Amino acid sequence: MRLADLIRFAGSRLVRLGLLLMAVSVFTFVLISLSPISPVNAYVGADIMQIGPEQRQLIAERWGLDQPMIVRFWQWLRQFVQGNWGTSLIFNQPVLSVIGQRFQASLQMLAIAWLLSGLLGLGLGIFAGAYEGSWLDRGIRLYAYVLASAPTFWVALLLLIVFAVSLRIAPICCAAPPGTLAANVTLGQRLHHLLLPAITLSIIGIASIALHTRQKLIEVLHSDYVLFAKAQGESLAGIIRHHGLRNILLPAITLQFASLSELFGGAVLVEQVYAYPGLGEATVQAALRSDVPLLVGIVFFSALFVYTGNTLADFAYQVIDPRIRIGGER
Amino acid sequence: MIGLPQTSSAPRWNRRQVTLAAIAVGAVFLLGIVLSSTIIGRTGLDPLLTARNQPPSLAHPFGTDWLGRDMLTRSLYGMSLSVRVGLLAATVSALIGTSLGLAAGTLGGWVDAVITWMIDIFFSLPHLVLLIMIAFAVGGGTQGVIIAVALTHWTSLARIIRAEVLQVNSADYVRLSHKLGRSHLWIARHHMVPHVIPQLLVGLILLFPHAILHEAALSFIGIGLSPHLPAIGIILAESMRHLSTGYWWLGVMPGLLLLLTVQAFDLLGENLRALLNPKTSQG
Repeated sequence: MRLADLIRFAGSRLVRLGLLLMAVSVFTFVLISLSPISPVNAYVGADIMQIGPEQRQLIAERWGLDQPMIVRFWQWLRQFVQGNWGTSLIFNQPVLSVIGQRFQASLQMLAIAWLLSGLLGLGLGIFAGAYEGSWLDRGIRLYAYVLASAPTFWVALLLLIVFAVSLRIAPICCAAPPGTLAANVTLGQRLHHLLLPAITLSIIGIASIALHTRQKLIEVLHSDYVLFAKAQGESLAGIIRHHGLRNILLPAITLQFASLSELFGGAVLVEQVYAYPGLGEATVQAALRSDVPLLVGIVFFSALFVYTGNTLADFAYQVIDPRIRIGGER
Repeated sequence: MIGLPQTSSAPRWNRRQVTLAAIAVGAVFLLGIVLSSTIIGRTGLDPLLTARNQPPSLAHPFGTDWLGRDMLTRSLYGMSLSVRVGLLAATVSALIGTSLGLAAGTLGGWVDAVITWMIDIFFSLPHLVLLIMIAFAVGGGTQGVIIAVALTHWTSLARIIRAEVLQVNSADYVRLSHKLGRSHLWIARHHMVPHVIPQLLVGLILLFPHAILHEAALSFIGIGLSPHLPAIGIILAESMRHLSTGYWWLGVMPGLLLLLTVQAFDLLGENLRALLNPKTSQG
């Protein structure tokens, strides 16, 4: 991979990211502008009865709400690009720092869930595909089909009932024991609190990757080159190692990176059930308590997150598959 | 393998019969769910303080809640409501998807470019975040859920319909039709519709489970239906408050009903797809 090609690849990705974020900003702005929620009311909150129409007028003028939509959009976009994402009403902090803190909490959970679901899904998919039609295969398939249509929040609820209420081996809520200062939380405690949410997310994420891996492996095992390898006396393990893995890995990695979008959505629900103070929980709070700046910020951030996942998948292609390597020999 | 005698004594069903049976089972189950709220009556919804917090038994298969209401009745009412909301939203979504897919496929040019671009934007945001955002922006409530679900589920169906139309449009018999001087409308009616209708039907049915799950998720986190309308998501959210007391059935049983309903829709959709596709219909 040459440097010039790498730069061109990165450049084209950045341009597309810019276009995407532009589209998301237009979309979000129009949606929020058309909504029946009055920004003045949202700002004033509980003191609504104490201000008169003149004061409302003043607030609206100060914020430029009397200007046409295009003008407002440009003003907003300029601030946004400069890194002023506004102040979160419920946390009383700049939106960017709220997102930063919350994402840090979510990131560990998401990373564990992502790795676990990827590895387990691949493993189960290989077992199911290698022993197609066996009881093992049927069991794995049943699991995947049921989990694929199970409501995320209900699975979280079930695990909470079993592990936190009945067995009492997992904490019932939050990211740290209640009453402990953030500075005093040990690594063990933090891990203890994020393990169950992470496991919930991963057992749901396993379903699709296991089914796809199984399908792909069965395709490979029915191919002519595998028949030839068998005729030469290659064992099943050898066939999977030398012929299966190479063909399975690429779609699996794409799927796993593309699943970041669903993982993010799952995190919203799971964090809600476990009362885990991550970005997902902040999303719900922002929507429930009309915190428009925070909600818009999170929408942007999630678009960035999903895009990063897709770009990494494209990049992984180049590294793994010699046939489509950037600037490779043609 | 032709002419091999059937070894088992019992007459076995062929695949077509199994498919038809699966469709019947799915349809009856779902019809039962939708109609259940009118059939079983409201008696189970009345508070009965002598029968509070009872675990599942023969009299109350889903147990009773903290007011002594029968959880089976409540779950069926909630599920019926959720299914109806989901049906409405998914139908609107399917209409949007079909018209945009048809427009993109037939008109081409910049219309196609804009619609494909819109689909790309929808796919670049986490679905749940988009749902929350739209539900919030239109003011929440039942109306918010329906609009949010309707506006976000059309993308995959639009893609499928667009691809189908593009494929049919480039087929030889359609070109021949053009050459024979048939009008666009005639071609649309006689060549497009027969291809698009089955896709639409199956696409619509497979949209339902997504719509219902997302409706339940929105209601669960409190952005969807109001607590006065006990949809399945609301019932599950309520059960969260009673979790630590060990009343497990409040959360487990309604969720199981939701899971079964979603599976019934999947069963119905997948088998209908097999039946409508000429390649698999005569198994």
